[in-house]
Amino acid sequence: MRFLNDLFKPKSTSSRQAAKERLQFILVHDRAQISPQLLQTLKDEIIAVISAHVPIDRDGVEITLTQSRYQSRLQADIPLLRRPRQRTT
Amino acid sequence: MGARVITITSGKGGVGKTTATANLSVALAMRGQRVVSIDADIGLRNLDVVMGLENRIVYDLVDVVEGRCRLRQAMVRDKRLSELYLLPAAQTRDKNSVEPEQMVQICQELRPDFDFILVDSPAGIEQGFRNAIAPADEAIIVTTPEVSAVRDADRIIGLIEAAGKETMRLLINRLRPDMVRREDMLSIDDVLDVLAIDLLGVIPEDEQIIVSTNRGHPLVLDGRNRAGQAYNNVASRILGEDVPFMSFERESLVNRVKRLLNLER
Repeated sequence: MRFLNDLFKPKSTSSRQAAKERLQFILVHDRAQISPQLLQTLKDEIIAVISAHVPIDRDGVEITLTQSRYQSRLQADIPLLRRPRQRTT
Repeated sequence: MGARVITITSGKGGVGKTTATANLSVALAMRGQRVVSIDADIGLRNLDVVMGLENRIVYDLVDVVEGRCRLRQAMVRDKRLSELYLLPAAQTRDKNSVEPEQMVQICQELRPDFDFILVDSPAGIEQGFRNAIAPADEAIIVTTPEVSAVRDADRIIGLIEAAGKETMRLLINRLRPDMVRREDMLSIDDVLDVLAIDLLGVIPEDEQIIVSTNRGHPLVLDGRNRAGQAYNNVASRILGEDVPFMSFERESLVNRVKRLLNLER
């Protein structure tokens, strides 16, 4: 019976993989004590600060929390808007 | 210095701390070690039942702390192994009846006369956990391969590090190799990847655990099933022996017969 299920099951990520990915996400936030909500607030404020001085692609901004064994790291990837080249004559 | 004090803890409840404490205490005592296991789960005492010693309790940990008896009077000697003792928890009190400093003192008093003191921690991260971890030289973190248990284990690891204890190792309990093979359970490597902590051992899921708890007869006393064998391996590793981790590949018929005949450890 199980092999029939397996045969017709749509190819998706295994529950094992899902568990691992969810855990990694949860633990990054637990360890840094930064909730997804706080991360969104940080993102909004960073966008506000930077865009006050430099034109940026707001939709392309990505703020991520990464971590290794000993350190958590907040990474911001902020694409600048292409500006017309300044002519120097 | 004397005994090594090892606290068995997990954060989440129901992952097998008490079963692990009982089996490791027995396995160490079977190897000739002098062992005391302390039930630090005050108000929800259970280690006595798992070890089959519930009928022998006269005094408990809180009686000792509050001076109603001497430490030795509260210690219950195991009926099978003469070098194994249990210091039971109180059943009618709460976790605040004991202070971390008092746990440290009790262990200090026991250290010269024993090789191992195993402390069974309650679930949670409150006073009961702080009591259990206070005297520890080392910690064994018990988890199951489930998201909630691993998450709590991570939190506990953080708290133990914050308490200035560095020696801790992971015991993965209730692994189901068949589910891992079907990609429906976190593997040993997945858990280690996520928690980044040294592995002490892996105990496969085994319905005999329930049978042994029913009888109050820890599984390691009968070394012929896989979980009992796994606990024996863990005890050897605690003693510093280099025991290879059990393989969870499908067991061949020959090996199965060998194991049942007790021809291999």
